[in-house]
Amino acid sequence: MTHDDRDSRTAPHELLARRLGRRDFLSLGSAALAAAALAACNSRGPKSAQRVLARMQGVNEGVERGLFRHRSVDAPPDRAQLAGAAFPSYFISKHVPVWDAAARGPWTLEVAGAVRRPVRLTMEQLRALPHITQKVDHFCVEGWNARATWTGVRVSDLARAAGGLTPDAGYVDFQSFDDDYHESWDVDSALHPQTLVAYGMDGALLGPAHGAPARLHSPIKLGYKNTKYLTRVVFMPQRNGGYWTDIGYEWYGGT
Amino acid sequence: MSESVELPAVALSPSLPSLGGATDAVADAAPRVVRRNHWVVRLTHWVNALALPLMIGSGLQIFSAYPHFARKGEAFCCYPAQGLPIPRWLRFGGWLGGARHWHFAVMWVLVANGLLYLAFLWLHGEWRDVVPRRGDARDALEMAKFYLFARRDHPHQGKHNALQKLAYFTMPVLGAVIVLSGIAIWKPVQLGALTALFGGYAWARYWHFVAMWALIALALGHIFMVLAVDPYSLRAIVTGWYDTARSPERRNARPFYHLFSRPADDAGASEAP
Repeated sequence: MTHDDRDSRTAPHELLARRLGRRDFLSLGSAALAAAALAACNSRGPKSAQRVLARMQGVNEGVERGLFRHRSVDAPPDRAQLAGAAFPSYFISKHVPVWDAAARGPWTLEVAGAVRRPVRLTMEQLRALPHITQKVDHFCVEGWNARATWTGVRVSDLARAAGGLTPDAGYVDFQSFDDDYHESWDVDSALHPQTLVAYGMDGALLGPAHGAPARLHSPIKLGYKNTKYLTRVVFMPQRNGGYWTDIGYEWYGGT
Repeated sequence: MSESVELPAVALSPSLPSLGGATDAVADAAPRVVRRNHWVVRLTHWVNALALPLMIGSGLQIFSAYPHFARKGEAFCCYPAQGLPIPRWLRFGGWLGGARHWHFAVMWVLVANGLLYLAFLWLHGEWRDVVPRRGDARDALEMAKFYLFARRDHPHQGKHNALQKLAYFTMPVLGAVIVLSGIAIWKPVQLGALTALFGGYAWARYWHFVAMWALIALALGHIFMVLAVDPYSLRAIVTGWYDTARSPERRNARPFYHLFSRPADDAGASEAP
């Protein structure tokens, strides 16, 4: 007689219990409990986890900064199609922000903070600075990307126009007239050769939907880091959060 | 068969050498309860089981912000469900930003876990249990025939049957595709060469997504087969010990068939001294 014979006469549930053993049931039970606990907390996950997540955000920023190279550039193929009218547009004001020159005087771009010679540039002065045109991607945090041709002044050239940075310039805040929209960057990313203060898009002057008269644009940061309706570029020794960053998106947001 | 008297497995086995993937052709001479899964395998298995649902849920939450693959202003050939939102109960993280925080935190757990598992497979030589070799295709076909009742007896197997082996090999391969395509989406400029390898940003997102569903399908298939064919392997993935006398081959087990034991007449025929 084999053990198989004997077992076949034992009630199945008894057998299963004996075969699996107490420890297995305990392990299974705790796994089920963990799953239930997970389901019980809201879909954001347990509150206690938020501290760990915030810490990991810091770790990831370190990794992203470590990977950052000024030489790494976004280079879509020459035949790449432009998004054109399909390029999404957004702003946080109730209506499309339009600079009201009658009320506010002519638009200017202020370069201030940790620079040797703070300046306030008119559009004419901005356009007189060295400029480039580049066809690059725009990477949105939502997961889409869109291609456009941007014309503008490199932030590094803008810093040069303001006499260069002082040694304490570790960060830079890009501020706008779209309510209180702003986003601060690490200075390395701001000085990347593809980071522009753009006043032209797809061969035309920048339109109000896309941040006229000038906006920040770079493929090296997620879309929300690229302040539109730009008014001030303030270099500073510490970071200054940002509109979406304060809502809870990651501050670094590099690509 | 007097030696097959029920002995408490835990008392019997620790003193005996592990045979790993011992097959039951020699079961009479070999220990009946063997050490099947090293603690590294058990640990990494359960870390995966807990972390993967978090990763999948947060990934689906992120995807819901733009459930398409087309670049703006362009069309995408290969995703018929575009625009369809992912059901809320499948998502995790609450909102796009929250899901991103989870995704970018749990990814390190899974990457570290995966590397630990692969290092173990390599250092312990257990990659031989999962890397396909010549003959596995034929064996897998025989297994499929057995499951589909086109073959009467369970094909002979080692630690895993050929279909199982294929699944356990494919899972880490999919894991690698998911990690690499994930990095390609995360850093499409700084690591642009990797993104280009996947066919660009939109395609990298696509491969990330498709490989995830393939991994989900394999994981669900795995859970089903464990419960329906070899629930005794649950013990092996928790405590490490496996009762070879209960192997699917010994029970001639198909899904839901011979779950508890092999019918007496079959067993007697094959085990006659």
